[in-house]
Amino acid sequence: MSAVVTVTDLTKRYRTVTALDRVSFSLTENRIYGLLGRNGAGKTTLMQLLTAQNFATSGEISVFGQHPYENERVLSRISFIKESQTYPSGLRVMHVLRAAGLVYPGWDEEYAQRLADVFQLPRERHVTKLSRGMLSALGIVVGLASRAPLTFFDEPYLGLDAVSRQLFYDHLLADYTEHPRTIVLSTHLIDEVSDLIEYVLLIDRGRLLLDVDAEALRGQVVTVSGPVAGVDEFVRTGTELHRVLLGGTARATVRGDFGAAARDRARSLGLDLEASSLQDIVVRLTTSTNGHAAGAGSATANKEATR
Amino acid sequence: MEDGRPIFLQIAELLENSILDGTLAEEGQVPSTNELAAFHRINPATAAKGVNKLVDDGTLYKKRGIGMFVTPGARAKLRGRRRDEFARQYVRPLLTEARKLGIGPTELKNMIDTWEEDQ
Repeated sequence: MSAVVTVTDLTKRYRTVTALDRVSFSLTENRIYGLLGRNGAGKTTLMQLLTAQNFATSGEISVFGQHPYENERVLSRISFIKESQTYPSGLRVMHVLRAAGLVYPGWDEEYAQRLADVFQLPRERHVTKLSRGMLSALGIVVGLASRAPLTFFDEPYLGLDAVSRQLFYDHLLADYTEHPRTIVLSTHLIDEVSDLIEYVLLIDRGRLLLDVDAEALRGQVVTVSGPVAGVDEFVRTGTELHRVLLGGTARATVRGDFGAAARDRARSLGLDLEASSLQDIVVRLTTSTNGHAAGAGSATANKEATR
Repeated sequence: MEDGRPIFLQIAELLENSILDGTLAEEGQVPSTNELAAFHRINPATAAKGVNKLVDDGTLYKKRGIGMFVTPGARAKLRGRRRDEFARQYVRPLLTEARKLGIGPTELKNMIDTWEEDQ
């Protein structure tokens, strides 16, 4: 269980915007990470820094124990599939696949061809003539068949329909099982990937809000509804994130350590308890109130706030 | 998988259910972690955690290099444990709802008896 990536106090400032604000974390070998956060939270900037496509303002980056900039030994082990990948004009699908085969030491040509069939990619077609969805599929084929020890997928499914996305998830899981590697999946479609990811990195306005085992997060946020008095009583066991009122009835979203006992408590208070999905949790934690992240109750957020 | 509960617990429960209803026989081989991951479309590490939970509590045992198997006597043990949970999971909410509707214990017992006869 060694660290593939270690980042310390990483900061990236553009003229007026702080895209990343003293972010520290590490990625453990052979895990699937979900890199989550709203638009503009800093996800892409972070991946650009880790893959040496951008310069940090300050802070330390170590990838495979070395600095990634102009470091062929590091970069040949990284695959970064971007949301809007552009290719040199004049290239056909087969050229892109051939070029990828030259770049990545772990490239599996037979697998690449099989995936290209799965996604029905026309080999002869010019890349510029591909539809948005086909272009995404080509990125996915390259990302999977490269078998890079560190693979980033940044919103890789623009224009892909639900069927193709499911194909992507299934092939990702199958190939990861056969060939374990570190995968970072940056996505808005949290519900679709929540069962695939082992670890969650949640970024909000340039700060790392969560760095946790996805399983630990499940069941940590619940929504209780019922008589106000009962809701008031229940929320004392956690941190209230959100509340709406309707007459004498309240619905509150609460974060805490909720196991089976909490369900019993809710029931005995006459409340309905509903567990939140990973997506709900992320929405609740990154929806700002009074300019502060609503996740202030979390240990991570507290740690961040006191820095 | 269902939201809001750790997936590894759900995997463990699914395997327990299969043992309880006999789908997985005692001394029978349990699907591999990878098979479970592919079938349920979950992370293999999570599937492994679910299986390991059952190994830890003695429901499953490992045959080195072959796989996981159901421990003899696991079914009876699981049944005992589930019976203990039955009251908490089913009887208590039943009583809570009954109280809300003003149904007393005697009336509730009569209802159960009548229901039983109708079945």
